[in-house]
Amino acid sequence: MDGEADGLVQLSEDSGRPRRVHGMLKLYYGINKEGKAAEQAESLDPCDINGAHFNPDLFLNKLRRECSLAELMDQETCMVKQIRSLDSDMQTLVYENYNKFISATDTIRKMKNDFKKMEDEMDCLSANMSAITEFSARISGTLQDQHEQITKLSGVHTLLRKLQFLFELPARLNKCLELQAYAQAVRSHRRARCVLQQYSHLPSFKGIQDDCHAIMDKLAQELRQKFRDGGSSAKDLSECVELLLQLDEPAEELCDKFLSHAQSRLETDLQGLEAEIRPYPSAPAVKDASAPRLSSTAAAGELASKNIPQMANGKLQAFVGDLAARYFSLVERRIQEEKGVGDNSLLVRALDRFHRRLQAVAKLLPGSPVPNQGTEIVIRAATERVKQYLSALQSFYMDSLTDVRQALATPRLSVVSASGAGGGALLGASILNQIKSVLASVHLFTAKDIAFSNKPYFKGEFCSQGVRESLVVSFIKFVCQSSRQFCESAGDKGGSTPPALLLLLSRLCLDYETSTISYILTLTDEQFLVQHHSPVTPVTTLCTEAREAAQKLLNHYVKVQGLIISQMLRKSVETRDWVNTIEPRNVRAVMKRVVEDTTSIDVQVGLLYEEGVRKAHSSDSSKRTFSVYSSSRQQARYAASYTPSAPMDTNLLSNIHKLFSERIDIFSSVEFNKVSVITGIIKISLKTFLECVRLRTFGRYGLQQIQVDCHYLQMYLWRFVSDENLVHFLLDEIVGSSAHRCLDPAPMEQSVIEVICERG
Amino acid sequence: MEDDAPVIYGLEFQARALTAQAAETDAIRFLVGTQSLKFDNQIHIIDFDDENNIINKNVLLHQAGEIWHIGASPADKAVLTTCYNKTSDSRVVSCAAVWRMPSDWETGSHESPDDSAHNPQTLELLCHLDDSAHINTACVLWEPMGDGKRVISLADNHALLWDLQESSTQATVSNTATLEGKGQLKFTSGKWSPHHNCSQLATANDTAIRGWDLRTMSQIYCIENAHGQLVRDLDFNPNRQYYLASCGDDCKVKFWDVRNVQEPVKTLEEHSHWWKTYFHFHINLPGNQHFSKSCFFKETFPLFYIVKFQSFPTAKLTCVLDIKHLILNFNT
Repeated sequence: MDGEADGLVQLSEDSGRPRRVHGMLKLYYGINKEGKAAEQAESLDPCDINGAHFNPDLFLNKLRRECSLAELMDQETCMVKQIRSLDSDMQTLVYENYNKFISATDTIRKMKNDFKKMEDEMDCLSANMSAITEFSARISGTLQDQHEQITKLSGVHTLLRKLQFLFELPARLNKCLELQAYAQAVRSHRRARCVLQQYSHLPSFKGIQDDCHAIMDKLAQELRQKFRDGGSSAKDLSECVELLLQLDEPAEELCDKFLSHAQSRLETDLQGLEAEIRPYPSAPAVKDASAPRLSSTAAAGELASKNIPQMANGKLQAFVGDLAARYFSLVERRIQEEKGVGDNSLLVRALDRFHRRLQAVAKLLPGSPVPNQGTEIVIRAATERVKQYLSALQSFYMDSLTDVRQALATPRLSVVSASGAGGGALLGASILNQIKSVLASVHLFTAKDIAFSNKPYFKGEFCSQGVRESLVVSFIKFVCQSSRQFCESAGDKGGSTPPALLLLLSRLCLDYETSTISYILTLTDEQFLVQHHSPVTPVTTLCTEAREAAQKLLNHYVKVQGLIISQMLRKSVETRDWVNTIEPRNVRAVMKRVVEDTTSIDVQVGLLYEEGVRKAHSSDSSKRTFSVYSSSRQQARYAASYTPSAPMDTNLLSNIHKLFSERIDIFSSVEFNKVSVITGIIKISLKTFLECVRLRTFGRYGLQQIQVDCHYLQMYLWRFVSDENLVHFLLDEIVGSSAHRCLDPAPMEQSVIEVICERG
Repeated sequence: MEDDAPVIYGLEFQARALTAQAAETDAIRFLVGTQSLKFDNQIHIIDFDDENNIINKNVLLHQAGEIWHIGASPADKAVLTTCYNKTSDSRVVSCAAVWRMPSDWETGSHESPDDSAHNPQTLELLCHLDDSAHINTACVLWEPMGDGKRVISLADNHALLWDLQESSTQATVSNTATLEGKGQLKFTSGKWSPHHNCSQLATANDTAIRGWDLRTMSQIYCIENAHGQLVRDLDFNPNRQYYLASCGDDCKVKFWDVRNVQEPVKTLEEHSHWWKTYFHFHINLPGNQHFSKSCFFKETFPLFYIVKFQSFPTAKLTCVLDIKHLILNFNT
């Protein structure tokens, strides 16, 4: 209490002391002085009332000197206020501290009492513990003897049980033998064998051992018998082998025997298979039957190789290799008999199963070439399939052609042209469909769920070389080539091919060039995800080929049709006596026929090909006249002057020049449009007409008949051609030539010709 | 010689008949027969001097009619045959005859070159090769390398083998062969093979080519549809006995091996503007060099080309000739 009062006084009176106390507390609580130092450095001003270096005198003096009276008064009241508040704060703190101090004193006093009680209890505890230790030592000393006895007894018990097992062994073995539980018998014997061996010098054990030996010999005998019979299943056999191996039978002999058993069994399987192949069962049946057998062989092989790896492996390899070769040859024969292209999925599934089974073998015999051979067989089968599809496609194509041909054989012209156009569209569509279905079938080979589709061959080469090249590209090439053959073989050997078919094929090839080829190839590439590792035939090459074929066919069509009309004209010119003919009254029937045929050809071609471009017609094309003396060349030729050894003059040179400049390419290539085709045909026909006329001699009326005929042709033919001047020029030549070959060239009046022609 | 400009010679009439004079061994000489309905026809004898690259010519009159075919005797260079059309009473008849050139045509022309032009000499008729039964003779063929005593004429559908006697003034038919088949068949052209002892003949009718054995007068091979259109002319390779060339109205020239007539050995189709082609004659160049030349006519404006053969399948154009304006340029 004194301290408290003291502190209060000191606080109020002396500012130096509490500061010291404060410093000590700070020291006790470990407050850093450095932090303060910074503060103090800031408040070095002696006039700072809160600073550490506060000097009241200086402060007072300063105030007195600087402030007015009012200010001083204010300062004073302010200061008084502050002092009061500080006083009350101080009081509160002191009271709080005092309370805490009192309670701490109480606590310490209480603790002193408690500790004394605890010390007593601890002493008591240690006394008890020592008593317990003493008792425990005494007990264990008593129990020592009995423990040893128990251990010994349990050891004896175990031994006795073993002995009992031994004594019972012969009986048990016998029982096993009776029950044919060979595996158990062998297991039991193996357990006892070592012991018996060890104690065989004791007569009783010796007896047991002998008994066991006898029984086991019998067992082995029986096993061997069973093994030799070989009638049982593969599983039984492999069990036998395992047991015999445990009975220390010679491994090599066993291996040989086992393999020979397996061989004989597989032999019958193979023979069965061979027999089955003859009557052509369905493919999957064969594979179902054969593949499991092969895998069972492999399973047996697995056992053998597991037990005696080194020696057996070689033999097994040879054995499997030998059998597999025969099996493969059978499978291959079977696959080769699979000629029909009907259901590919069946074959693919069968091949897949076959391949999977072989993969199983691969797992058992890692080094064996069998799975690879199997894969090769699958690959060969696939390639073979692709070939078959190609030939199927080809025969389909040829059949379609025959159908179209028969359709074209219908006699009436209108029907021919109609069915021609329809047949063309139909042909293209049906061939495309066929290609698509074949692609779908072949696609099965690369389906995801088929195991061998993962092989690099089926991912790469099969797609690009097999399907794309050997199937699709070959087919397209075949189409082009067979089309070309129509031109070559039927070419000059008389038109065995109907011209309409040529036209149709030409259109087909052209369609191939423009769209179908790229469509098919894109389809193939997409379906098979073809990655072109090896170079493949580019689309452009095929397109070029197709275009060439189309061009050739069209050219040939023009030639054949031209030839047909030419023959008519030739016969009509050659068979007539042109010198002694009557005055023309009509256009000859053959000319009407020519116009008719040309019209029907025009219709026919128009069904398949575009119109094409022609030069602008003159206003009055049909009415053009041509006179025998119209062109200067005719004049010059006709009125030849009799001047032998005429020197080479300018006229001659111009003639020679004309010779080259005016030439008309009669058998030139035509373009893919109607006008060009018809122009080609008309060119050939009229040229033939001209050449025939040049070989004949005409009378007056003969010439006039030719004039009438030519005018008639001019009236009707100009509309078909690209450049009517061409028709005009050729007809002009014809009339000119006949005038030249005329004994009495007196041409008919143009008006008369027109009247005759208009009359028909 | 290769750089020489072509030599051009002009005829005043159209011509279809041309042959090389086989009996002439010293000079390159052609005979050309003209066709004119109105005027007297002529036979032009054209000598080509390949050293100086110039032409010498002579003209003989052939008054019987327009000449469709001409053939020169292999033995006597003054003797030739022509097939000609004779027009009488509004009838046209094809005839054939053996002629002799006047003996002095050569000398005459040299003395006065202009004379021959204005007063041409006339051929001397030796005999007619006409049989009343067979008219319309298409061509007359001399026995190649023979003694000038045997000719074959092709008339309608008959091949007549003639023996010429009394210095070719008498002709008798010794053998005939007849073309049989449907319709009116007619020989258009033919060639006597120089091989096999001259025992073979090849003929053309319509689109077919036929081979004949002259000893039996029977057909030995037939190339049906040899060309798409009419076969115009054909000839044998003088150096290879089985090779035959043909040309037709289909603008193709084809080469055949007669042992296998299914397919041509080679087809030329490069010149689609040549309507028809004729060929082919042998020219004996000086120094006894034998060159086989084929000529292709172009229409009645008979531009023709000479093709030099090493062997048939490799044909090369080397020279241009035009009969109305004969252009010669031999590249040998």
